[in-house]
Amino acid sequence: MSDHIAKPEELSKIDYRPGDVVWMDRRVEFRKGTYSYGSNPDSVKYLELPYARKFNPADEDWQLPENWKEIIHEGLKDRLKKYRSLQVFMDICVRCGACADKCHFFLGSGDPKNMPVLRAELLRSVYRNDFTAAGKLLGKLAGGRELTPEVIKEWFYYFYQCTECRRCSVFCPYGIDTAEITMMGRELLHLLGIGIDWVTTPASNCFRTGNHLGILPHGFKDSVDFAVDDLEDLTGVRVEAPVNKKGAEVLFVVPSADYFAEPHYYGFLGYMALFHEVGLDYTFSTYASEGGNFGLFHSSDMMKRLNAKIYAEAKRLGVKWIIGGECGHMWRVLHQYMDTMNGPADFLEEPVSPITGTKFENAKSTKMVHICEFTADLIHNGKIKLDPSRNDHWKVTFHDSCNTARGMGILEEPRYILRNVCNFFHEMPENTIKEQTFCCGSGSGLGNDENLEARMRGGFPRASAVRYVHDKHDVNLLCCICAIDKATLPTLMNYWVPGVEVGALHELVANALVMEGESRTTDLRQQPFANQEEKEDA
Amino acid sequence: MNALYAALAVAALLVIVSLGVAGANLEFVFGVVVPYAAVALFLVGFSYRIFKWAGSAVPFRITTTCGQQKSLAFIKNDNLDNPHNLMGVLGRMALEVLFFRSLFRNTKAKLKEDEGLVYGRDKWLWAGAIGFHWSFLIVLLRHLRFFTEPIPTFVLSLQSLDGFFKIGVPVAYFTGLILLASVTYLFLRRVVIPQLSHISLVADYFPLFLIMAIAASGILMRHFYKVDVVAVKELTMSLVSLQPAIPEGIGFPFFAHLFFVSALFAYFPLSKLMHLGGVFLSPTRNLANNSRMRRHVNPWNYDVKTHTYEEYEDEFREVMKNAGLPLEKAD
Repeated sequence: MSDHIAKPEELSKIDYRPGDVVWMDRRVEFRKGTYSYGSNPDSVKYLELPYARKFNPADEDWQLPENWKEIIHEGLKDRLKKYRSLQVFMDICVRCGACADKCHFFLGSGDPKNMPVLRAELLRSVYRNDFTAAGKLLGKLAGGRELTPEVIKEWFYYFYQCTECRRCSVFCPYGIDTAEITMMGRELLHLLGIGIDWVTTPASNCFRTGNHLGILPHGFKDSVDFAVDDLEDLTGVRVEAPVNKKGAEVLFVVPSADYFAEPHYYGFLGYMALFHEVGLDYTFSTYASEGGNFGLFHSSDMMKRLNAKIYAEAKRLGVKWIIGGECGHMWRVLHQYMDTMNGPADFLEEPVSPITGTKFENAKSTKMVHICEFTADLIHNGKIKLDPSRNDHWKVTFHDSCNTARGMGILEEPRYILRNVCNFFHEMPENTIKEQTFCCGSGSGLGNDENLEARMRGGFPRASAVRYVHDKHDVNLLCCICAIDKATLPTLMNYWVPGVEVGALHELVANALVMEGESRTTDLRQQPFANQEEKEDA
Repeated sequence: MNALYAALAVAALLVIVSLGVAGANLEFVFGVVVPYAAVALFLVGFSYRIFKWAGSAVPFRITTTCGQQKSLAFIKNDNLDNPHNLMGVLGRMALEVLFFRSLFRNTKAKLKEDEGLVYGRDKWLWAGAIGFHWSFLIVLLRHLRFFTEPIPTFVLSLQSLDGFFKIGVPVAYFTGLILLASVTYLFLRRVVIPQLSHISLVADYFPLFLIMAIAASGILMRHFYKVDVVAVKELTMSLVSLQPAIPEGIGFPFFAHLFFVSALFAYFPLSKLMHLGGVFLSPTRNLANNSRMRRHVNPWNYDVKTHTYEEYEDEFREVMKNAGLPLEKAD
């Protein structure tokens, strides 16, 4: 935790009035706690990217390369041709303002440049100035402005104060998606060697070792073996969890935090318990030991470079199809980009559940199935025995992750599973769930310690909604299917809504799962089952 | 300040047409040359913009999903908000274009001291936008009576429906009033709501003022400073038949109206008003969310440098061997 953060009572006093200063005239201020550190030059070099240098955003001089203006101009020109989204979104915004109070960063900070419309105008004003007839002729009068080093700083600050959550895009009458603008803005900054370390270093780790944390192959194997022992201690059942096994039916890919961090780890134990119980023939991979993809927060090229490992490994191991674990942005990449970038996956088979016989028609091209689709299908076909009362100590609410909600639409599968594995499930208010879900405030690489104030502000709308169900229904578990959520929501809850824990969906599944030959009295966190307590009381 | 610049620009247009028609008697210029030029600019500019957009690639299928995906048979897919096929996309686009579905979702956030953030429905912007666009469309269609002979039945029925309440002589059209009222609302919210006035550019006020001027001049010449409608139709028919001629005695208000309309046509392709075309080309709305079902091809896809398994195993062979992990090459 960073040492400089105001108390919640202070931080929740938010002034939404933009003030009288014209936005183009207001300089960006790098206030401690509201920005991320610049990329480590070693990581930039390892990835063979240009202009690696030690870089502190708070510095006056950013040591821009000599022809920086030309680089940005050419970079923007190139991307306008390559992305219709960018070209159209630059041209058609009418500034109706419907998006303004939809952004969690605006709602949590009141900073007018966090209104999605204005965030886009930061780039659009330069586009107008350099690429449109009206802007070239009339300049400022047509809403254009010249590109200056000050503008570059502003881009950095605000494109790294957007989590690419796409909530604004739901409400925009033209579907203008600020995530696209932010992604392009970040790509342009990378052309000048400007990025944040919490994105670049994980990306470089992932490139080298197969996962963001830089865990080496034997470390991964150790983690899995350790989990197998843990699970045996907890359940009395010894499971098999093969690594790099050729000829398995399924390659299973999870975000790396699942085998390394809490509360992700309980979900990781949950997958292994479930796969054992239904007898799935699967394998982990050390080479593709990361489903999450920080390339998405970096550039299209980086996303592709990191994602390529999954199909390559599936091919090498000779599996039939792939299952992906609980993760938000990982699934945006798998769902909307992977097949296009690194497919076709014609060496795989159309996924069929070996337990139920269900054909996953919705994944017949990518051949990659979401764990929630797999599990919901098992439950629907009555293939696993569940005792939801084992989760009675949890009053659960469900947080839809931005990417799985708005970049995929996996809304009912996790809810169906939840209703089957626990007895107390309460939805947050309707404007804060499903396609209108609020970001954790730490997505897209912003979940680092130095950025804590911005994160607590960005997560304020989500926390507000959790507080509502916490007060009303005593909710004490915020369940989610995203690794970044699991990593950052505990901090957010501690700050805004103490008393609410964060958990994985498959943690609850495994708690409720009645396993053959089991002997257990506690959940995966070693807390006694609620029904066990009653038995003891009796 | 931006509103003022825009108002000045529209006032300048009025001055130009006043000097030109009332001062210098340039009826032919303002009645024939300007409208022709404006329509030409509109057609060329509009097509140019559309072709330019269409010339940009759509590398990825980046649908914004606003409902349940199509997955398992027992879970109902919301095909209008998360379309998985062409029918769904057409339905979604129709709802968007005709009824402004996304805007209909609009909410208003409020920060309350005891409850934190709460969200209320907010249909005002939607109502203003729907009122504005639909009444503008009907007004435009009604005007076909000046450009056709005989006048098509649908135009006549539209006209009588629009004047249903039979108020005034000649009857006041409902849509003309809605148009003026809604455009005034769209202007006022830009001035009154602080966030909106913060983001509003000259280019946001100018078309509003211009359309206000068009509606006002139209209503004025129909009800107050009457012009010779027969002569107007003579002129408009001469324009469509490409044999332009200016009849005598039309009256100045008509020329002002026509000049404002010409200005709007000429300005259209240069401006945000192009959202008329752009809404159809927005990749987050007009693509089906079926990227796992059907492969989407990126026309500019190229190879990138990856870290291959062989390189990886070469780098980590020793530790992999010690951990008992299977290897492709023993040493």
